[in-house]
Amino acid sequence: MDTIVRDRVKQVLKGDQDAFGEIVELYKDKIFQLCYRMLGNRHEAEDIAQEAFVRAYVNIHSFNLSKKFSTWLYRIATNLCIDRIRKKKPDYYLDAEVTGTDGLTMYSQIAAEGKSPDAEVETMELQATVQREILRLPDKYRSVIVLKYIDDLSLNEISEVLELPLGTVKTRIHRGREALRKQLHNM
Amino acid sequence: MKACPEEIVLYMHEYLDGDLPREHEQALKDHLQKCPACQTHFQELKRTVAYIQSTSHITPSDHFTASVMARLPKERNSAGVQRWLRHHPLLSAASLFIILMAGSIFSMWNDDQKFAFTKQPNLIVENNTVVVPAGEVVEGDLVVKNGNLRVEGEIKGNVTIINGEQYTAHAGNVTGDIKEINEVFEWLWYKMKEGGKKIVTLFEKEK
Repeated sequence: MDTIVRDRVKQVLKGDQDAFGEIVELYKDKIFQLCYRMLGNRHEAEDIAQEAFVRAYVNIHSFNLSKKFSTWLYRIATNLCIDRIRKKKPDYYLDAEVTGTDGLTMYSQIAAEGKSPDAEVETMELQATVQREILRLPDKYRSVIVLKYIDDLSLNEISEVLELPLGTVKTRIHRGREALRKQLHNM
Repeated sequence: MKACPEEIVLYMHEYLDGDLPREHEQALKDHLQKCPACQTHFQELKRTVAYIQSTSHITPSDHFTASVMARLPKERNSAGVQRWLRHHPLLSAASLFIILMAGSIFSMWNDDQKFAFTKQPNLIVENNTVVVPAGEVVEGDLVVKNGNLRVEGEIKGNVTIINGEQYTAHAGNVTGDIKEINEVFEWLWYKMKEGGKKIVTLFEKEK
């Protein structure tokens, strides 16, 4: 995987745009997932995820080939998400509402096999609630929680993505988890 | 949660991150067994993690990659050429062949810049000019490269002048055709015809 990506990056460095298309295909799900959980809105997530790829392409010369490409890409996407969150802080809660309904329509499309309609509704509601609660986290906790539990990054990788010391990442994960625990307390 | 050691919550988190040392793990277990409040706390943390991880994966729209590609700045031309070469190996080979052929013919043209002419017994050379003296008769064709030709006598055959000029004095006479070649392409055409003629004569001889 890493060598394939490295080859593609080299092709892109030579100016081959199609090779970049392959990189997008490889990472679009993960990056979109990250943006969606960070922003809570499909439309915005798609826009920011695309922007992240465009930035990666434009700045590909500054990517260090000896490093992991995904880490670099996650950093770009996370920073874009945080910028966006900070810009639109006033409609924070309004946005969370939208997310809930968006989540509902989304999950209703995925027919869980063998589940009764009631159970299905319950899962949908639960997932919508979890998403809403993630969105209520301050962005510094939200990013570590999303990177760890949605994108399955290791603590070391998160520390590289966010360019923070490992200790800070751990503290943020602990606090983020603690905050979520309190928010989801009565479920 | 009265009198619970402060580090217990930290241990819980370290446990969830998978970096709780052995001896602390034992301490955590011991404490959890006798403290229901901490047990609940720990359960809730684990459940929280499970909740976050249970959020289903959603996928971007089908046109995601296409949209990204449309937003990229235009690529450099050289890459397009390289990709074209990769995708059309046969055409690439053919064009490479043509380029090499053209190259070798051009180098032939450049090598051919020396003054030369067909050896005939009664010709005189003045500087870069081949002279057929008055009263002399040249039997056969005459080719002059990179030089001029002045005909004062008579030539019984065709005359070809490459990169040069010819003057025929009023007393001079050429019985065949006179051709002057000055451009690369004319010269090429001449080479090809010459080659063709050679092949034809070869066949005729075999008969």
